[in-house]
Amino acid sequence: MNTIELTLLVFLGSIAAGFLGSLTGLGGGVVIVPLLTLAFHVDIRYAIGASLVSVIATSSGAAAAYVREGYSNIRVGMFLEIATTIGAITGALVAVHLPLRVIAIIFGLVLLYSAYISYRPPTEELHAEKTGRYAALLRMDSSYPTADGFKDYHVQGVPLGFGIMYIAGVLSGILGIGSGAVKVLAMDRAMHLPFKVSTTTSNFMIGVTAAASAGVYLNRGYIDPGLAMPVMLGVLLGSLAGTFVLAKARVPMLRTVFSFVIAALAVEMIVNGLSGRFSH
Amino acid sequence: MSVPDSAAPNLQGRDLRAEDKRVEEIIGTLLRTGVILAAAVVLIGGVFYLARYGSSPAHYGIFLGEPGDLSHVLAILRGALELHPRGMIQLGILLLIATPVARVIFTVFAFAHERDWTYVVITLIVLALLLYSLGAWHL
Repeated sequence: MNTIELTLLVFLGSIAAGFLGSLTGLGGGVVIVPLLTLAFHVDIRYAIGASLVSVIATSSGAAAAYVREGYSNIRVGMFLEIATTIGAITGALVAVHLPLRVIAIIFGLVLLYSAYISYRPPTEELHAEKTGRYAALLRMDSSYPTADGFKDYHVQGVPLGFGIMYIAGVLSGILGIGSGAVKVLAMDRAMHLPFKVSTTTSNFMIGVTAAASAGVYLNRGYIDPGLAMPVMLGVLLGSLAGTFVLAKARVPMLRTVFSFVIAALAVEMIVNGLSGRFSH
Repeated sequence: MSVPDSAAPNLQGRDLRAEDKRVEEIIGTLLRTGVILAAAVVLIGGVFYLARYGSSPAHYGIFLGEPGDLSHVLAILRGALELHPRGMIQLGILLLIATPVARVIFTVFAFAHERDWTYVVITLIVLALLLYSLGAWHL
């Protein structure tokens, strides 16, 4: 296959990945790495580099829309970005020394978890009765727009949230994904932020986390321009299309189907990792 | 005119919200502009790239690692200025990576404007980490 054919196929595949990622809320990165490695036999390091680029593009694009609506909590996001960027740099540096099959297996496991998160029925929103000690110190309490005006909320569990965010950063650095599912876990389960606030703040943070990983990958020579080009442009287009579809219709059926697609990709990554197809 | 006591904290709250709103709108514009600009540069570079290398065989299955002129900030800038197709795409990618960094830099100023020094420090730490990852310590 010559470069122009492969570029075109990767571009089309990336449109599909961006569309899927946007509909499930998992982000394009989760599908890009399995797509590139399993379908196009791209080396997993190049795949992760290209995926990171697409993650920055989609999260910045989406954050631009969300941030204006006043949901995201910039203080919470900024503070937790210390944890995610340190994590991302650690992850990206560790990834260089990890055997490729181990990366593939970790990827599969995270993918399975993501599929489960997007498949299961929404959990109940937790509300903090009062402000936690560190949240008070860092003035994290805020309010968010609801149908009946701005509603105040309290924040708690900052140390636990910070710890989980570090792990989210490490995973992002090793796997080239946004780790949105783990970030949301830290914010709505540990810190009791309202759903709307945690998902938009998470999206807001993903760009910074991925930029930290991407910096390390770029310096290591893991980002190939010829591959990153169709991936970035395709995922951007696909997720834009996904946003339009989401705005027009609720898609629980599609979400369920896609969760199974992602679970299948996860199993294939793990099987390929175990059988050693990734190590050469 | 006398203002009822109960209205005072509300008024203050609304002012802060208006300030936050302005910051959020600027951040939104910044992010959108960055992504559009980066995508445009990548697209232009991509067209040149395919025009020159389109018919040569693809090789992403074998990992070689990118040469120094495609992996270090200053070298990428130099390559893009000389209109090398791969260098131009890499410049677009660099612009994309710079978008969240620019957002963080802007947030430093926004917090400084609010005289929120705790968050100025927090944001500067994030900025330092980002610059470290981009290789600012060994440019």
